[in-house]
Amino acid sequence: MNASRRGFLKATTGLVIGFYLPGRSELAAQTPAPTPAKINAWIRIAPDDSVTLMIHKSEMGQGTVTSLSQLLAEELECNWKNVRTEFPGIDPAFGLQGVFGSMSIRTGWGPLRNAGAQAREMLLQAAALRWNIDKSLCRASDGVISNTANANKLTFGQVAEAAAKLPPPASVTLKAPGQYKLIGKSIKRLDTPDKVTGRTKFGIDVRVPGMVYASIARCPVFGGKVVSFDAAKAKAIPGVKSAVQISTGVAVIADNSWAAMQGAKALEIKWDEGPNAVYNSAGIRKAFTEQTLQPGASAKKTGQGAGALNSAAKKLDAVYEAPFLAHAPMEPLNCVAHVRPDGCDVWASTQMETGINGIALALTGLRQDQINIHTMYLGGGFGRRAGTDYAQEAIELAKAIKVPVKVTWSRENDMQNGNYRPASVTRFAGGLDADGWPVVMTANIACPPMGGGGTFGGGRGGRGPSVDSTSVEGLADLHYAIPHFQVDYHSVTGGVPTTYWRAVGYTQNTFFGESFLDELAVAGGKDPVELRRRLLTDQPRLLGVLNLAAEKAGWGKPLPAGHHHGVAIVNNIGSYTAQVAEVSVAAGKLKVHRVVCATDCGQVVNPAIVEQQIRSAIVFGLSAALKGELTIDAGRIQQSNFHQYDVARMDEVPVVEVHIVPSTEAPGGMGEAGVPSIAPAVCNAIFKATGKRIRRLPIAQQLA
Amino acid sequence: MANISFTLNGKPQTVDVSPETPLLWVLRDTLGLTGTKFGCGMAICGACTVHINGIATRSCGMQAAAVAGRKVTTIEGLSADGSHPVQQAWVEKDVPQCGYCQSGQIMGAAALLAKNAKPSDADIDEVMKFYICRCGTYQDIRAAIHRAAELQTKGGVG
Repeated sequence: MNASRRGFLKATTGLVIGFYLPGRSELAAQTPAPTPAKINAWIRIAPDDSVTLMIHKSEMGQGTVTSLSQLLAEELECNWKNVRTEFPGIDPAFGLQGVFGSMSIRTGWGPLRNAGAQAREMLLQAAALRWNIDKSLCRASDGVISNTANANKLTFGQVAEAAAKLPPPASVTLKAPGQYKLIGKSIKRLDTPDKVTGRTKFGIDVRVPGMVYASIARCPVFGGKVVSFDAAKAKAIPGVKSAVQISTGVAVIADNSWAAMQGAKALEIKWDEGPNAVYNSAGIRKAFTEQTLQPGASAKKTGQGAGALNSAAKKLDAVYEAPFLAHAPMEPLNCVAHVRPDGCDVWASTQMETGINGIALALTGLRQDQINIHTMYLGGGFGRRAGTDYAQEAIELAKAIKVPVKVTWSRENDMQNGNYRPASVTRFAGGLDADGWPVVMTANIACPPMGGGGTFGGGRGGRGPSVDSTSVEGLADLHYAIPHFQVDYHSVTGGVPTTYWRAVGYTQNTFFGESFLDELAVAGGKDPVELRRRLLTDQPRLLGVLNLAAEKAGWGKPLPAGHHHGVAIVNNIGSYTAQVAEVSVAAGKLKVHRVVCATDCGQVVNPAIVEQQIRSAIVFGLSAALKGELTIDAGRIQQSNFHQYDVARMDEVPVVEVHIVPSTEAPGGMGEAGVPSIAPAVCNAIFKATGKRIRRLPIAQQLA
Repeated sequence: MANISFTLNGKPQTVDVSPETPLLWVLRDTLGLTGTKFGCGMAICGACTVHINGIATRSCGMQAAAVAGRKVTTIEGLSADGSHPVQQAWVEKDVPQCGYCQSGQIMGAAALLAKNAKPSDADIDEVMKFYICRCGTYQDIRAAIHRAAELQTKGGVG
């Protein structure tokens, strides 16, 4: 602890700083700044020179608090040590406030640098007016404006109020990559200090005066309704106040979360389970598989498509399957809402503020200026929090009981009453020419559509009314130069609401496609890397990451005894990624030793965060590949908690080595880039190790 | 309801709660110490880990009555200023992503290092495999525990 430094800060800013960490923003904590001037939607500067940046894309671990700050501060030329961040409320200036599709850097890249540059020019103009000189004589650096004609200086804080009153410049010149001070640097995360002391406020941590706690019993069958209920046993539990029926079930209100959860369990509810009670996993699997024998809606066709199979020198086919998956973020779903006659506040760890705002407007009938959406830190999202169901029922309940209420989902609620990555089945056929090179490949996909937010909807995304784009991504957009190529799609249902799950359609389709391509390589006697190289000659960025990963992993070079390599690649969310997995299988036990990942994600904003996201995505994808599976019986999810839906643990994860291709192309996404190729890379390595082709995830006990 | 007294982060504390209420919810809802997290409610995930008389304990599985007279330390009390070697190492390595499980990870790691000042990778895995992180920060946690062991040996850098 540097006591004098802390004393200095306290004296100069009025802030009580908990601790000092060298090289970090001392002001990063979300503490109120003294009367900041609003320069534009993203930037506020206070007389004490503190710079408050509005992070309009919520933070779920992917690094938006830090990386979006880097974009703003790069052009603003503020002192990084004076940067703090806040999550703003709803403001049309930010456009859609939601995080999904690894879009934050991609959509923020231009607008945020522009906002930073505009603010800088306004600060320069304010200084020029103060000095009565031309703005071109003023320079900004590290939060200080210098008069280049003399030694005069003004800090941002000294001119912020005047700058805020100026019109924004019509156009600004952005820096060339060679001029970057923050972009491309592994700046330490601004959110770390509070995350190691327990001070970070997640949605579940919100406490509002007068707040009550609620737990909701929902129908175990999706879409089922309450017929009647008896709350006598629930009300006998100490702390339980009342039980209220809402559209999704019965809420038990209590003076603490535990009593509410016990109360919800003690409710006696008669359900109308509705039409989805008929589904079970065996039936779903059979129905989906049978669908893939029929021609589907055309998602993609090049050359003669399936018509070329007859003339192939060698043919093979295979059926691949993936199960339903839960997102299982560590923070169970929750929401705090307070609805009054003249206002509505909602506190949520959410990926979808704009959607929650719309629901609040619709459910309360209030005006926009009476609605406040408070974004909290997310304890993981992975797509689950891109829905709004958790907020909708909290707002509905708050409106009914007229006091602030926190609805906390138990882990069992989170796992069994959720929205899911769909199960799917894809039937492949492929053909090789006389030299063993692929000339035709077809994929017939049966997959419940992912409308987003947990729907049974279908047909969206620009591939025609009958094709759900997210269900075919990873296959319909394959970049391999196979002259005859066809992808068909069947919209099916398993009675389970489906939604985005980190990397969405690629999570299953890249596993399917990259595994089947490996089958084609084996059938033709080709090396899997060599085969991909040949099929990617007009795809320089994919070829680049393939070659880089192969080189860094030592593809084709001797490995320790019993170790084998598998490779897979993907182009998703605007980035290009290749992974080489090194595995061994001994006595039926799989060990993934090492994964080498090469990624080309264009201009990198923060390399350390890119590497974090790759490591994160590989563990996330590996969890699913090794053991992720939800099964359905009588329309119910059978797994309730981590004892039945286990995830990757520390002793199961490989050493991950990340190599980033230097680039000044526009940034690609990163949160989802590393997920798709880990499962096929591992399974392709398993084939090399054992001769067993994994065509159904999870791997689980298939090697025993 | 019952009055239950224990030592919380070095100070005497009395709460009036149903004795079977898990310590987790006493900390979070009754006392407002929200650094300790709810993850599974079945003592599987480790997000709710606190120290009871120095032992890493899942607070979701510990009834309030059972902590009477004992010393409870939460993430808020691990150090006054974030200067515990484990916290310093976590900051140095930028371990957290979403950060939700990290209170539990840090409490688990601190208890491990109190017993084993220089753990091997295998020692770390054997303890920390019982702490779930969905962001997959395991590789970073392992590296940070090794770093914390160094900092602890040096007596910290604060």
